[in-house]
Amino acid sequence: MNHLPILPILIPLFAGAIMAMIPGDRLPLKRLISSLAAFLQIPVAVGLLIGAGGGVLVYRLGDWPAPFGIILAVDRLSALMLFVASILAAAAWLYALRGDDRQGRGFHALFQFQIMGIFGAFLTGDLFNLFVFFEILLIASYALLLHGRTTDRIRAGLHYVLLNIFGSSLFLIAVGALYAMTGTLNMADMALRIASAPPADAPLLGAAGTLLIIVFGLKAAVFPLYFWLPRAYAAAAAPVAALFAIMTKVGLYSILRVHTLIFGADAGDLSGLVHEALWIVALITLVAGCIGALGAASLERLVAYLVIVSVGTIAAGLALQTPEAIAATLYYLIHSTWIAGALFLLAGEFARMRGEAIGGRFVPGPPLPRPMLLGGLFFAAAVSVAGMPPLSGFIGKLLLLSIVPTGWQTVFFYAALLGGGLLVITALGRAGSTLFWRTDARLPGAAGCDAVRLSAAVLLLTAGVLLVILAQPLMDYLEAAAASLIDPKEYIRAVLPAVSGAKGGAP
Amino acid sequence: MELLYSMVLGGLAAAGVYLLLRGRTFPVVVGLTLLSYAVNLFLFATGRLATGLPAVIGHSETYADPLPQALVLTAIVIGFALTALAVILALAALSASGHDGVDDEKEQP
Repeated sequence: MNHLPILPILIPLFAGAIMAMIPGDRLPLKRLISSLAAFLQIPVAVGLLIGAGGGVLVYRLGDWPAPFGIILAVDRLSALMLFVASILAAAAWLYALRGDDRQGRGFHALFQFQIMGIFGAFLTGDLFNLFVFFEILLIASYALLLHGRTTDRIRAGLHYVLLNIFGSSLFLIAVGALYAMTGTLNMADMALRIASAPPADAPLLGAAGTLLIIVFGLKAAVFPLYFWLPRAYAAAAAPVAALFAIMTKVGLYSILRVHTLIFGADAGDLSGLVHEALWIVALITLVAGCIGALGAASLERLVAYLVIVSVGTIAAGLALQTPEAIAATLYYLIHSTWIAGALFLLAGEFARMRGEAIGGRFVPGPPLPRPMLLGGLFFAAAVSVAGMPPLSGFIGKLLLLSIVPTGWQTVFFYAALLGGGLLVITALGRAGSTLFWRTDARLPGAAGCDAVRLSAAVLLLTAGVLLVILAQPLMDYLEAAAASLIDPKEYIRAVLPAVSGAKGGAP
Repeated sequence: MELLYSMVLGGLAAAGVYLLLRGRTFPVVVGLTLLSYAVNLFLFATGRLATGLPAVIGHSETYADPLPQALVLTAIVIGFALTALAVILALAALSASGHDGVDDEKEQP
């Protein structure tokens, strides 16, 4: 058996556990271990990306056959999400090295545990394990959000923790109901059993499935479940906020996975369970995020609302449920994750240079050092996130606009995406002009420009440029990923070789 | 037994949700606890209710499903840790801002 699929979970598990045991004053040692872990993940993710291109990789823990044992299943989508997350994590880690890891205890260990939860959620093929990995990433995120312990972080953290504990309860109810109805927790097996379930079971299965989507919607921050996000993300330390940029995508990934695999085309009455509701909710999220961005009073809040905008856009693309739409949406997802990470890092660096008292708030502050360089970076990030040529946001938006089926859907989607884009450009223009031009030369700057911190943001921006250059091979990969999501037979056959071809004929 | 069980579950969940919607942190934490009791009992019942049956195949005619028991065990551990965290956080919020409301007195824009 190929042991590569378990490595993305084992590396952060052991790195985190070792660092949790090292005393707090041995920071250089922790940084060394953490750097090894962070940079080992990227080649592993690339290896999985290549491996999954040839077919679904299945890892049976303890070599128990599915559906009795727990499995990890790596298809193209999982490998891709893993790769996106590992690049983002490396950049956030690089930024944190310059002092953010000193603000509290255990930063590096928590960071690794968070990565472990995120990677595990992408890899697992088991619904209850998805819950467990969600809990791992959430528990680590609770502690990371409080890292540095300012009053604002504690208040924001309280809301975040209470809401997510409630969400976990709903998750357990949904998983329990699905288990009671189907007798399995393996997602591929569950798909087969739901396809052959008696019609009388459909309402209860539908209720459980809807509950599951609501829980993922809470993690993904779609309307009306996004109100926790701006405050929590704006309050978090910059590298933590940057890493959190992948967390909403974990929710969206789970919606996509459950929606296409368990409640996919073969699920009879239950197929496309919520996609009409998801479509409406997604467009409202998109518009609400844009309005929030326009009204944000600080750069961090603005970026947090941009995360909501991207969530709305991605959810709308997923709700269309065609292979072309999913491929285009995945492209946009990669772009928006990296660019949101870059913007959070830039926002953190700007806030640091303007000093604690002013931070990222849109008030006249001290002039920033190196305005050409910093302004150029902010401009590039703003152009990309707003979806103007020539950067990755433009291609992402163009792909999305080109795949919407004509009819009423086009009208609403074009209006929301293009109108929202205008609001985002206005908000970013206001942010940039306040930060760089409405300065007060009498105020002293708090700190100089830090090359390492900036290079972390540049790393993510460069990755965005590569998305443009490699758009064609990437789209080929994404189209293959989308095709196998819409028709999950390959996935099910790989997970359950015993019932291969016997779709719908499970014992 | 099923009727009694489901009524207890419903009562616990309703009380939990009611307390969750209160404005101060202590009732909210108690509400979360009650809700997690309800969820744990619900998970336990997903293997169907039975008494006096072993969770092992081959020792009797029928057997109790062991998987929900394992799930409940995991859920209890996670739920307990999270409740402890919520209590600590509520105390930290109290000492940081001087009041025990879940929301701020005046919300910042």
